[in-house]
Amino acid sequence: MSSDRIDPKFSALPLAAMADAALTRAREFGAEHADLRVERIGSQSIDLRDGAVTGVTDDTTVGLAVRVVVDGVWGFASHVELTPVRAAATAERAVTVARTLAPVAIERVARVDEPVHPGAVWVSTCMVDPFTVPTRDKVELLTEWSQRLLSTDGVDHVRAGVEQVRENKFYADLAGTSTLQERVRIAPSFTATAVDRATGGFETMKSLAPPVGRGWEYLTGDGWDWDGELARVPELLAEKTRAPTVAAGVYDLVIDPTNLWLTLHESVGHATEYDRAIGYEAAYAGTSFATPDLLGSLRYGSEHMHVTGDRTVRHGLATIGFDDDGVATTEWDLVRDGVLVGYQVDRTFAPRLGLDRSNGCAFADSPHHVPIQRMANVSLRPDPVRDTSTEELIAGIDRGIYVVGDKSWSIDMQRYNFQFTGQRFFRIRNGALAGQLRDVAYQATTTDFWGSLDAVGGASTWQLHGTMNCGKAQPAQVAAASHGCPSARFRGVTVLNTLQEGR
Amino acid sequence: MTAQEIVERVLAAGAHLHGCVVLFRETSEAVLRWANSTMTTNGHTTSGRLTVIALVAADGGIAAGVVSSSAAVADVGQLEDLLGAAAAAARDAGPARDAMPLPERSGGDDSAWDEAATETSIGVFAPLADGLAEVLAGPRRQYGFASHELTTVWLGTSAGVRRRWVQPTGSVELNVKTPDLTCSTWTGASTADFGDIDVVALAAAAARRLEWGQRRIALPVGRYETLLPPPAVSDLMLELVGSMDGRAAQEGRSALAGPDGPRTGERLTALPLTLACDPAAPGLEYEPFLTATRSDEGISVFDNGAPTRRVEWVSDGTVRELAYSRAEAAEFGTAFTPTGDNLLLTGGSAASIADMVASTERGLLVTCLWYIREVDPATLLLTGLTRDGVYLVESGEVVGEVDHNFRFNYSALDVLRRASEVGATERTLPREWKDWFTRVAMPPVRVPEFTMSSVSLGR
Repeated sequence: MSSDRIDPKFSALPLAAMADAALTRAREFGAEHADLRVERIGSQSIDLRDGAVTGVTDDTTVGLAVRVVVDGVWGFASHVELTPVRAAATAERAVTVARTLAPVAIERVARVDEPVHPGAVWVSTCMVDPFTVPTRDKVELLTEWSQRLLSTDGVDHVRAGVEQVRENKFYADLAGTSTLQERVRIAPSFTATAVDRATGGFETMKSLAPPVGRGWEYLTGDGWDWDGELARVPELLAEKTRAPTVAAGVYDLVIDPTNLWLTLHESVGHATEYDRAIGYEAAYAGTSFATPDLLGSLRYGSEHMHVTGDRTVRHGLATIGFDDDGVATTEWDLVRDGVLVGYQVDRTFAPRLGLDRSNGCAFADSPHHVPIQRMANVSLRPDPVRDTSTEELIAGIDRGIYVVGDKSWSIDMQRYNFQFTGQRFFRIRNGALAGQLRDVAYQATTTDFWGSLDAVGGASTWQLHGTMNCGKAQPAQVAAASHGCPSARFRGVTVLNTLQEGR
Repeated sequence: MTAQEIVERVLAAGAHLHGCVVLFRETSEAVLRWANSTMTTNGHTTSGRLTVIALVAADGGIAAGVVSSSAAVADVGQLEDLLGAAAAAARDAGPARDAMPLPERSGGDDSAWDEAATETSIGVFAPLADGLAEVLAGPRRQYGFASHELTTVWLGTSAGVRRRWVQPTGSVELNVKTPDLTCSTWTGASTADFGDIDVVALAAAAARRLEWGQRRIALPVGRYETLLPPPAVSDLMLELVGSMDGRAAQEGRSALAGPDGPRTGERLTALPLTLACDPAAPGLEYEPFLTATRSDEGISVFDNGAPTRRVEWVSDGTVRELAYSRAEAAEFGTAFTPTGDNLLLTGGSAASIADMVASTERGLLVTCLWYIREVDPATLLLTGLTRDGVYLVESGEVVGEVDHNFRFNYSALDVLRRASEVGATERTLPREWKDWFTRVAMPPVRVPEFTMSSVSLGR
């Protein structure tokens, strides 16, 4: 791939000179490993309430970071000034940090090898860089969306907005790898609210559109049918406000990919992070029930459950060419035939699992943070043989609920017990949809839930959803990740009535 | 270029605009993290962020554009670029509904304006270090995090405001487990400077809880009389105060909305409780002037420099105030009510959590709550989990640890509505909200029927 698609303001920085200065200095000072990361992260958010702009905010984060290993001990330092002199001084500081910490570092760093990738360039799939689109045009589009919704009966308030991020990253290490990368992600959203003054109640419905690794073309119809959704939401919202409350009990569920992605993220994505599984996050994000001693034997779910990790899927939020360890990215299995078979790792964790190569999960959310193990795109495979439709899954249920869109989510620190709500819940009676229900939450233990998976939809039901803001570590870091899912059917899941719960 | 020079140069370059706000924030942070009884990461970082808010006349109104950058400021051209980008963003945004004249310079001590940023160092942990070494060398598995942050903010506006403030934010958390990992507990504290932190005492309190875990008791789900200690109460009250936006209540889309308008004046409890934020609360002080880098419900970039004040969200058990920016206050005919960076719940008895255990016939004692999320915004129903220890109290004593955690579903409003006893307020640390909010003083609260909805096997 040629570097001329990288933002010239970034590629014109003295990247090679900074790398040479930092790496040379680190080697002179005794580092056995050193890497330099130079980053510029630009973002813009536009927010509207009831058709009027509440804010247009542009933000830029820049910096360089040097990470070293000296006598088996990590050292890290960063700075905002992007010059070779500063890069060398920062390398020196990183070495000092490593030497200072040596007495308290019990473990010695051992990293798995990685082929050298000299002069590699990677750019995400993006047709229209959102930072080249005039802000006025963006505001006009979002205003028009808002007005379309506000002009319908039953919609009293509308929020609309878009968040856009362009991340430029240069990496070089002592082994000879150097990578220059750019990725763009975008998260448009809208929420319609209906207020019922008489009862004091209100309902909301938000767009199901996922954040994606695409450019501005996403808002003009490439990858999502905005016109169709803007037309449907007022009707669906009106139906929801009139819908009966659910009877709490045990139901068969068909879960749409617009909802299932978040359940997958929380109950499989986080649970298969190796650092969590060995206690690094115990005091904060938590640990995992899926501990390494169970690798290859833990029955995670039914035989229909095949979950992969990847950093390669097109438009994925965690998709990139090379991670912050300089590792070329890949796809691998986490759960196969319902059994735990893999973890997400970086170059330090890979050897502890006996792997001869990292699967590329080292990331920092800023040049001023240390890379840690972060979530890949974690996705559920569709039925490999038959292209079962969502309607066919629904047809197999006598009494159940079809769950669409994510809303509230909560899961415990070992990723066992979870509770999710959604945007829309449709009653299933005798294999067909029979109107919406309100006040639904489903609650389960991870292995029971995935064990109750009795069918997955085919490739035509598969959609890529995801999140821009997954939190982890102290100090806190955010990351974006996508999750592909087919529609899927689960038998005998506990459904709560949230009104009753609150009484 | 110094912070003061940056502010003045941007304001001078923006003199032709309708108005301009410049915020420069410099943060110095020291952190220590440990897991499996060994240090995992630590560091000391310094970062700055310059925010330029341009206010421009546009299409018959006033528009605002906000541009921020963490880049080191090398020359005036860079500042002019930021200002130009902010002005362009404002013109593209169009007239702002929250446009108001910027607050004039009023009172306030600006004598420190000319001073440089105040920095922390890794040395701030010196009072902690010896104790922590002793704790890490002990028989239990230790996990935790300590952080200290000093943020110096300079605010300059075209209305003549020049204010500087240094905000200390510190906390320490200990997550302690038995060597076989079957029992886990937590203690934490917030602090301005670590001078008041006794990590050995915190570890001893955790060890005492692990002792309780030697007897394990299985309990079914259900509604239990529950003692919520100050850390748990603080997380629930932060959820409550976060939903006290005036606009949402006025527009009928909040739990604080009634059929005839906001529920201000509605009595929640007969207990004389006050839930307030107060910039002058001793030891928990925050900025006496408002800073805002974005407008949203209850907050406006046009309010930069307005004095903050004590706000009583609930007083004498009654919903009293809701958050309004100055423009919203004008729109709804009420008072400007800024949110604050501390939260205090007062009005309970002198009882400690230990006293409340002693007066409990049968109930649960929680350590803290985790993964709290709103389930129903109309009732402020929350879900979440107990974390790091739930203990059974019988006849005034803790008799053992429940063999699992619970998922709860409970309304934050009902914590106040149904509280049967509220104890003595103390400075504490919210477990869930700690990354964003550390300055809280809360009492323990007894809730007669707390809904433990399902069993969580997570420990």
